[in-house]
Amino acid sequence: MLCERCNAREATVHKTKIVNGIKEEAHLCEECAKESEIFNFEDNFSIHSFLSGLLDGNIAPNITITDGQDKKCPQCGSTYSDFKRTGKLGCSVCYSTFGDMLAPLIKRIQGNNIHAGKIPKKSGASIRLRKKIKDLKNHLQQLVETEEFEEAARVRDEIKKLEEEANNE
Amino acid sequence: MSKNFKEKDPESDIVISSRVRMARNIESVSFPHYLDKEEAKNVIDRVYDTITKGHLCIQNEFKLIKMDEIDLIERSNYVEKHLISPALAKNVSGGAFLINNEETISIMINEEDHIRIQCLYPGLQLERCFDMADKIDDLLEEGIVYAFDEQLGYLACCPTNIGTGVRTSVMLHLPALSLTGYINGVISTAGKIGLAVRGIFGEGTEYLGDIYQISNQITLGMSEEEIINNLKDVSLQIIQNERIAWERLLDNKGIELEDRVFRSYGTLKNARLLSSKEAMQLISDVKLGVNLKLIDGISTERLNELITMIQPGYLQKHFKSQLTGVERDIKRAQLVRENILQ
Repeated sequence: MLCERCNAREATVHKTKIVNGIKEEAHLCEECAKESEIFNFEDNFSIHSFLSGLLDGNIAPNITITDGQDKKCPQCGSTYSDFKRTGKLGCSVCYSTFGDMLAPLIKRIQGNNIHAGKIPKKSGASIRLRKKIKDLKNHLQQLVETEEFEEAARVRDEIKKLEEEANNE
Repeated sequence: MSKNFKEKDPESDIVISSRVRMARNIESVSFPHYLDKEEAKNVIDRVYDTITKGHLCIQNEFKLIKMDEIDLIERSNYVEKHLISPALAKNVSGGAFLINNEETISIMINEEDHIRIQCLYPGLQLERCFDMADKIDDLLEEGIVYAFDEQLGYLACCPTNIGTGVRTSVMLHLPALSLTGYINGVISTAGKIGLAVRGIFGEGTEYLGDIYQISNQITLGMSEEEIINNLKDVSLQIIQNERIAWERLLDNKGIELEDRVFRSYGTLKNARLLSSKEAMQLISDVKLGVNLKLIDGISTERLNELITMIQPGYLQKHFKSQLTGVERDIKRAQLVRENILQ
């Protein structure tokens, strides 16, 4: 058999990969196999299999799932065991479908679970508004504690205005 | 690397390139690995239309390349230039990317996430990368509603990318820290502060040619600015240490170092067979020689270009034929000789 990549040398490296029941075969000569390794890192890998490892360990000890009673995501139809196997979620709705199970994992890998960065301009308008109100309320609390009542009154009015704005949306 | 790697850029004697990548997904559409060909095409069309109809002066500079329209050689070449990821190169049926003329911005479509915006500039220019990626992000938002959660931020196919979706990296050439062994300390310290160190082609690649890629691991709970500044500060410290290691090597092992650098230069100029691994190491030695002013007549920028030119994809594209391993070693040596003697 000739190498399917260079079609010149005898294929001496035979790889069979079965992912999600789909079988893929590759027949390569030694040199092409070496060169093609550049594309294979993600397979050998790392983050996805690492995630699966974390899930099987003690990170979510109270959750035991058997395939039969596995919850399905209403949007994409994927299950939590699909995620456990591949380290990939099926769609953005999976984050709420499997929220309880994902939360400890997210905390573990990210060390945090509250987004602190950019918010989308359009879809995030109301989110930004709510965040601003929350920040102002914290600020108001501080002002009251330090007895800066004049400034506190101003901030209180601003909060009231923003809350009305939020309710009208 | 990209076409404008010829200008002098900040810290470019040590920093080969800076890169910022943003992961974004479209609301109510399953992640790429759950899409069939038709659905994947829809995602490509939506991204393409939004970019080309948007209001940003750079919109006309982009061309769309679909994975099934280019062959393996060309795909490898784009991976070698770090313009697309190996994962995208493998998604032949549904993957695509938009790239600008300068080859500094690429928008990968249907990689692990629907959209991965990537900006790559030579030298240490993380802020510039981020500003550009941020602009492209705003532009895309004009036509696309992103999957976003108030608490978790931008949602991604893998929970390691949620939040900002920002992965930023610098590619550093650190021959002196490697030679002296101090690099091991750098690698373990980086790990402790949430940074990962990898080889030139990412995960699992050895540190070929003394090149190290350092990137943030955490994407949630920090602002984009914090992520960028953190990596920048660490990079500056590593750069400073590399320069100290240069001085130490010169002081303590001057003649051995000079010998090594000139032997490597001689080999590059005369070899008839070069494996990519050997060539990477020789180029690294010569680059150190140039930085230490032991060698002149060749620039570090030229040597950076040479790193891209000796990769299998580039070689086969340049010589317009599929090459076997030995043929590649011959052509690689030839190409290096032609380019280093100029």
